[in-house]
Amino acid sequence: MSDTAELLQQHLIDPEVCIRCNTCEATCPVGAVTHDSRNYVVDADKCNHCMACVPPCPTGSIDHWFPVLRSKAYSLAEQLSWDELPTAQSVDALPVAAQVSGSTAFETAATSVPVTANAPVVNAASLGATVPPWSAAHPYTNLHGPKSPITATVVGNMQVNEAGTDNETHHIVLDFGSMPFPVLEGQSVGIIAPGVDEHGKPHHARQYSVASPRNGERPGYNNLSLTVKRVVQDHQGQAVKGVASNYLCDLKTGDSVQVIGPFGSSFLMPNHPGSHLVMICTGTGSAPMRGMTEWRRRLKASGKFEGGKLMLFFGARTQQELPYFGPLQKLPRDFIEMHFAFSRTPGAPKRYVQDAMRDASANLAALLQDPQTHFYVCGLKSMEEGVLQALHDIAVGAGLDWTTVAATLKQEGRLQLETY
Amino acid sequence: MSAINYSEKIPNNVNLSDDRTLQRALEQWQPNFINWWDDMGPVGTTDSEVYLRTAVSVDPQGWAQFGHVKMRDYRWGIFLNQGEADRKIHFGDHKGEAAWQDVPGEHRANLRRIIVTQGDTEPASVEQQRHLGQTAPSMYDLRNLFQINVEEGRHLWAMVYLLHKHFGRDGREEAEALLERRSGNDDNPRILQAFNEQTPDWLSFFMFTYFTDRDGKFQLCALAESSFDPLARTTKFMLTEEAHHMFVGESGISRVIQRTCQAMNELKTDDVAKLRAAGVIDLPTIQRYLNFHFSVTIDLFGADESSNAATFYSSGLKGRYEEGKRDDDHVLRGQTYKVLHVQNGQLLEKEVPMLNALNEVLRDDYITDSKAGVDRWNRVIDKAGIPFKLQVPHKAFHRNIGSLSGSKVSPDGRVVSDAEWNAKLNDWLPSAEDRAFVASLMGRVAEPGKFANWIAPPAIGINRQPVDFEYVRFN
Repeated sequence: MSDTAELLQQHLIDPEVCIRCNTCEATCPVGAVTHDSRNYVVDADKCNHCMACVPPCPTGSIDHWFPVLRSKAYSLAEQLSWDELPTAQSVDALPVAAQVSGSTAFETAATSVPVTANAPVVNAASLGATVPPWSAAHPYTNLHGPKSPITATVVGNMQVNEAGTDNETHHIVLDFGSMPFPVLEGQSVGIIAPGVDEHGKPHHARQYSVASPRNGERPGYNNLSLTVKRVVQDHQGQAVKGVASNYLCDLKTGDSVQVIGPFGSSFLMPNHPGSHLVMICTGTGSAPMRGMTEWRRRLKASGKFEGGKLMLFFGARTQQELPYFGPLQKLPRDFIEMHFAFSRTPGAPKRYVQDAMRDASANLAALLQDPQTHFYVCGLKSMEEGVLQALHDIAVGAGLDWTTVAATLKQEGRLQLETY
Repeated sequence: MSAINYSEKIPNNVNLSDDRTLQRALEQWQPNFINWWDDMGPVGTTDSEVYLRTAVSVDPQGWAQFGHVKMRDYRWGIFLNQGEADRKIHFGDHKGEAAWQDVPGEHRANLRRIIVTQGDTEPASVEQQRHLGQTAPSMYDLRNLFQINVEEGRHLWAMVYLLHKHFGRDGREEAEALLERRSGNDDNPRILQAFNEQTPDWLSFFMFTYFTDRDGKFQLCALAESSFDPLARTTKFMLTEEAHHMFVGESGISRVIQRTCQAMNELKTDDVAKLRAAGVIDLPTIQRYLNFHFSVTIDLFGADESSNAATFYSSGLKGRYEEGKRDDDHVLRGQTYKVLHVQNGQLLEKEVPMLNALNEVLRDDYITDSKAGVDRWNRVIDKAGIPFKLQVPHKAFHRNIGSLSGSKVSPDGRVVSDAEWNAKLNDWLPSAEDRAFVASLMGRVAEPGKFANWIAPPAIGINRQPVDFEYVRFN
């Protein structure tokens, strides 16, 4: 493995600001935080960047990320001796000048959500897992920060729903040449569109889920794919030209793109034989589902892996708008069970993914009781509540105690939510 | 008020909507709580929107949701940490038995007393601090004060939940009484004396949140070990919030010291009069405030020998700090502990049964923890290159509870004569003049990003917001 791949954003606590309240240690799900009578410190070998300790910290001292080579990570003994944070290891000395600021913004954006007036019956914030399933592969995160993006080359760009429909969606393949950018299904990347915004500042990165499996869109090549919808209106229906999505959809083969990431260390697939995947998505939320499905398909084709069940619930306004509809039809039914829901098919009643789930409640109820089942939800924020409510109702209908089921799913990293 | 949907209005993880009795009890109590808040909460804040942290669940993402809210509309929630399946009692005579999900009859009176005493401190501190907003040194500090106030309110809810849920009519009456006592009121005072003292200025406030809220931390830690599982789970969650209160105190004093040291270096002087003329708080005054708040707070741990403490421990109601991390027999019979007393003009240690000395054990753990923070303040002074060290006074200094009560002991631990005590008192504790000087600095600074002259800005804002963020919107 090259030096670059061993780059680490080491999580450190500022001893000058920390008040030794023990909240981080009590919160850390993997026991990475420890202390002596002097300092609270983070074990770089254990910390998985899950960020669980960051919002509860009363001081902000927890939120420090220093780019270091893994081989030169600060040891616990060193950290315990500090009165203040060291000056960062010379960034020039690092193969890739990963910057600290902003590199963790994606994972923690959820902490600044304004207080809402009513807590929903199924509270998505409290149900989604913050840990990956036990058999997930270990992800690399934050290898390239906003100040030092990596350059990728476009090697493919095609529309993946019917031309002429609304919600034009593209499948874009990026190649990283010889530069390391290892990703897992379910992780995402940030794209920095060129130019400046209305304030004259460079555009901030826009996040997209990876749509390809871990060994590349084309197996054995250093590439990945994204699913991008061309944004032409905002959530209220006002005409707005999405900066990054239009930039991406208009890219030509051979163009260069600035990419940061990878991001995400929780929404990851299980890798053990016999593990089931239940995937619930709308629109471009299908990207991680495509990655996971394709990885399982390749494993199955290799004949060396006995996968579990795959079940997909996929919603769009119409069949014409649904990304990847054609290729999906080619998948064998004994490999994946698919349920589509279309909310704007002329002459047909509106049908959402949660309706499709309720129709399949017998199968879902069985899977809910199976400890090998892993649930993945990805799509617009507005789908989340309905989907969780449907899961809740199916569990209750099957005589299960939802609180216990939900707590177990969360604790075991078997219910992953990614909505936007 | 029955139109309110309490399961929605009160974020909770205790299935409030399934418990009709509890819901009815809270329906009766809630309007009285709001009346109390209107009467005794922060003065003149009805319309202000404050950038507050609200807990909507107990997981890391859910318990720190930030947004501008009016304090009166704050969603005071009821949260218990996740239960541990098959949790066992891990200390005292019942060690090894299953933890209690309900109150055992024989411990009912003691548990009620513990919960009421803890609960009483929460509204008391809101009352003590209600005028401070008018002299806040910055908008950032104002926001931190209000955050503490609403969370003390939430801690009251947490205790009232236990009273309503587990103590029937007695519990409901106690919950009412929590809203009726008043800090500093001669006729109906708060239970603990430290909560009847005034918090007249921000230096006192920072000292109070550093020292007295730390007492809260230790009491909560001891209760988090309790065999009464709902109490243990409630207090565990309260501890995460208590951390913010101690942060306000520790960083507040640290910023005062930083500003003073800066002025000392600019003026190249340690002359108290010159520094006061420059509008900063001299280090000796800070030391005297520290002496006062430390000594008043360690009294809160109770008498050094106490049969109640032994009973509470042996019956499993209240453990020691970090009980689970200690490697002894967790029963403590036949073990001893050293406590101090004054004999023939000398401070002497004597061995007493450890069970009777558990207040002292908790006090000593507290002292160790307090000292560590004072050392961190000293690093700020060190860094400025100033030869001065703040010190925690001897634990026998200025005590009013236990066998040391009334003894005249200097901050460095010598038993002194009445004459020396009276002569040095103004060197050891804040004088009327000190308090008047500190009070003279207290003027309101409420523009975003501006700070009073006597305090340095913080290193970082709240929730990654900039220091000059509009933390409070005055409407």
